[in-house]
Amino acid sequence: MPAMQTDRVIATLAAQLQPVRRLRSPLLRALLWLAVVGAVGGVLIAREVGLGIFLQRFALPRVAVEDVATALTAVTAVIAAFELSVPGHSPRWAVLPVLPFLAWIGASGLGCVRNGLSLHGAEGVAGESPHCFVFIAGASVPLALGLFWMLRRARPIAPLPVAALATLGVAASAAFMLQFFHPFDVTVIDLALHLSAVGLVVLIGILWRRPLLAAD
Amino acid sequence: MRAAQSGDRAAYERLLREISPLIRALVRRHCSNRADIEEMVQDTLLTLHRVRHTYDPGRPFCPWLAAIAWRRSIDALRRRIRVSKYETPEQGVYETFSDAAANSDLEGVRSAEEVEDLLRLLPARQREALQSLKLKEMTLAEASVASGQSVAALKVNTHRALKTLRGLLEGRKR
Repeated sequence: MPAMQTDRVIATLAAQLQPVRRLRSPLLRALLWLAVVGAVGGVLIAREVGLGIFLQRFALPRVAVEDVATALTAVTAVIAAFELSVPGHSPRWAVLPVLPFLAWIGASGLGCVRNGLSLHGAEGVAGESPHCFVFIAGASVPLALGLFWMLRRARPIAPLPVAALATLGVAASAAFMLQFFHPFDVTVIDLALHLSAVGLVVLIGILWRRPLLAAD
Repeated sequence: MRAAQSGDRAAYERLLREISPLIRALVRRHCSNRADIEEMVQDTLLTLHRVRHTYDPGRPFCPWLAAIAWRRSIDALRRRIRVSKYETPEQGVYETFSDAAANSDLEGVRSAEEVEDLLRLLPARQREALQSLKLKEMTLAEASVASGQSVAALKVNTHRALKTLRGLLEGRKR
């Protein structure tokens, strides 16, 4: 397009200007999503399984670190996704979930070592692993739909990190909820399948980032 | 920008005119070709228009604008590298129907209905790009505002639409 057309573009854009509703602060919107997910998840967990076994296991330091790190991964990844969805916010937000994520994987890995790197769970080699995979992948779907619905309001100009962080956030949220339904130490296979489920969710989010986020 | 978010057209037009030189200076860091620079400036303005609701008046305006200009420049450069790597310019792709040589490819099409049938076979975004730019003769900026597609997306979709149509026509000839 020649330079003279820039004036025409400006005139067209100004002529078509409509008032817009300003987007609320990214942090506020992130906390809103986390609060809704926390409330719905809390009700479901209280009705279906209760807190007894979870609290019993939470008294063990390694399990407590693993659970807190999983929850922190979810919280920080979701906050980072909302922050990066808006132009001009520091790209350094992307590293926010790195430490909690490493702590989560580290604590889970330590659980495997404590198990003597056994491949056997309570029910054979695969044990509960396939259920865990299905749980993380399945629970991530409704969580992701809600999150992407909120994120697409910003029409992110750089959708890749937003989609990656958002899907990490939902997968970590699902993995945290799994702790209430799967209150045992993980085996190597469990951990591998948990990570595969998280990876799959993140991969799908990255591949479908443009339609999901209404990005160009 | 705050006035523009409330729908003040005069303030918005004044703002866009005032920031155009700044955007031009920002994209010049990534590109030296004058035509490409102007295209990046216009793409930045279109993106700014689309995401104007994300500007927070409590924060400085320039980092917000610079992030948009930087992203659009990077996207344009990546696109150019990708295109030059995998595609070669196809002579005649942008021929118009009034061009005799271009019309020779349409010998098999006997009526406007047949063209419409072919258009229906295109993916929605390609059809929308082709109709806006070639049939309704909109400018890229007008088509972008009307369709919600970026300038770059419109170009790519028009190119692909013409390529697909060419394939469909060749298929019919056989």
